[in-house]
Amino acid sequence: MYTTSDLRKGLKIKIDGEPYIITDFEFSKPGKGQALYRCRLRNMITGNAFDRTFRSNDKFEPAPLEERTMQFLYAQGDEYNFMDTKTFEQITISKDLLGDDANFLIDNMEVEVLLFNERAIGVTLPNFVNLTVTRADPWVKGDTSGSDSKPVTVETGYVLQVPPFINEGEKIQIDTRTGQYVTRVKE
Amino acid sequence: MPDLWGRARVIQSVRRFFDDGGFLEVETPLLIPAPAPEPHLLPQPAGRGFLQTSPELCMKRLLARGYSRIYQTCKCFRRHERGSRHVPEFTMLEWYRAGADYGELMKDCENLLTAVAAELLASDVSSAVSGGAGPPVLSVAGRDQPVDLRPPWQRLTVAEAFRRYAGCEAEEALRREMFDQLLVERIEPELGFGQPVFLYDYPAQLAALARRKQDQPQVAERFELYIAGIELANGFSELIDADEQRRRFQQDRRLIRAAGRRPPPMPEPFLGELGAMPEAAGIALGLDRLVMVMLGRESIDEVLAFTPENL
Repeated sequence: MYTTSDLRKGLKIKIDGEPYIITDFEFSKPGKGQALYRCRLRNMITGNAFDRTFRSNDKFEPAPLEERTMQFLYAQGDEYNFMDTKTFEQITISKDLLGDDANFLIDNMEVEVLLFNERAIGVTLPNFVNLTVTRADPWVKGDTSGSDSKPVTVETGYVLQVPPFINEGEKIQIDTRTGQYVTRVKE
Repeated sequence: MPDLWGRARVIQSVRRFFDDGGFLEVETPLLIPAPAPEPHLLPQPAGRGFLQTSPELCMKRLLARGYSRIYQTCKCFRRHERGSRHVPEFTMLEWYRAGADYGELMKDCENLLTAVAAELLASDVSSAVSGGAGPPVLSVAGRDQPVDLRPPWQRLTVAEAFRRYAGCEAEEALRREMFDQLLVERIEPELGFGQPVFLYDYPAQLAALARRKQDQPQVAERFELYIAGIELANGFSELIDADEQRRRFQQDRRLIRAAGRRPPPMPEPFLGELGAMPEAAGIALGLDRLVMVMLGRESIDEVLAFTPENL
């Protein structure tokens, strides 16, 4: 159990059976008054955020979270299949839950899967991934439109803006935190 | 890096203000046998007694002995208080005036802060004060609206503040045990923008050492000073009736027991001398916070040589 003196930014606690992370924390105490612990909490499954004020005698259960290294095997429709690299146990995560992270998953990639009560609630990707461009309009020399980027599609179906010199079949590096192009990768 | 030069300059000008105003600077012991029993303060046990939570009881005993205008800057200790505006060991400025009431302390606050601001403006210290030839203006860190320090400052009763910002009566908030939470969440964020504000006339049960208002005995003559949502000082007209003081201490000792803690011993020497204390008013001001606000820093850590975590 945690007490109010354990509260701080980044602490993960369980409220009404769901995992929450404290994203903002402030200790307040009006003169002669009681100590108040003002927190902004984010639900780690739904992403919903709200503010709550706790008082000195409040107690909190830690959120039972666990991270396991898993390998992405394949996607079948909206179901993404992963395998624990130690136990070889296989699990499925829905595309909904993966959100934007689904854009950067390629076969055999290793990720950290976050589990709450043994149930997967999200993945942590490597910061950078290399993906193959599957569709790109050719760069027309003498293009006078003045644009310094163009849209391309990568192997996962994700579309992003890249410099005009990127061609179909080339590999590019993408920052998974921003979803943006970083550099061309020579093989 | 904490601004220790700026801090020293603010403290020097505070001292100059009181020295020039005919106040006697005093020192009282940090290690005391019994602090006042306050339900929401956790005193730090030390030796056979405690480190002081404030110098209040000793300073009032000096008033009882005939010192009529006294001030002190000293360390106070309150366990478990840690945040961007709290450290468990902090520096307090307290001053007392015999023959005065809380209204005069409000004027002291206006004069003190404008004097400190003027001195900072004239110094080579980089501070949050600007103004040039005009009135001093304070740009509080993290706040858009500058604070005009020209007196008189705004005065707002607790009752009116609850009606205006919390949409309920202060008494009702007390009954529902929501007084502190509404104060922190709804009222404090509205206080002291554009101009400092004195929030005054607190429910009597929230002012164990303050005198009740004669024509309104349900409130006590207590006030808090706010600048840009930040609480800086707490002052009041002192209660000098020893019997009533004992009853209020007993009530607060019951509250401490009800919360499952052991109350400190009754401060008998203080109660014994209270009968000789003249009518007076006294105030405690968080000196670290004053430095923080005056220097335009956002956290108390930025004006301390050491924080508890990096000792």
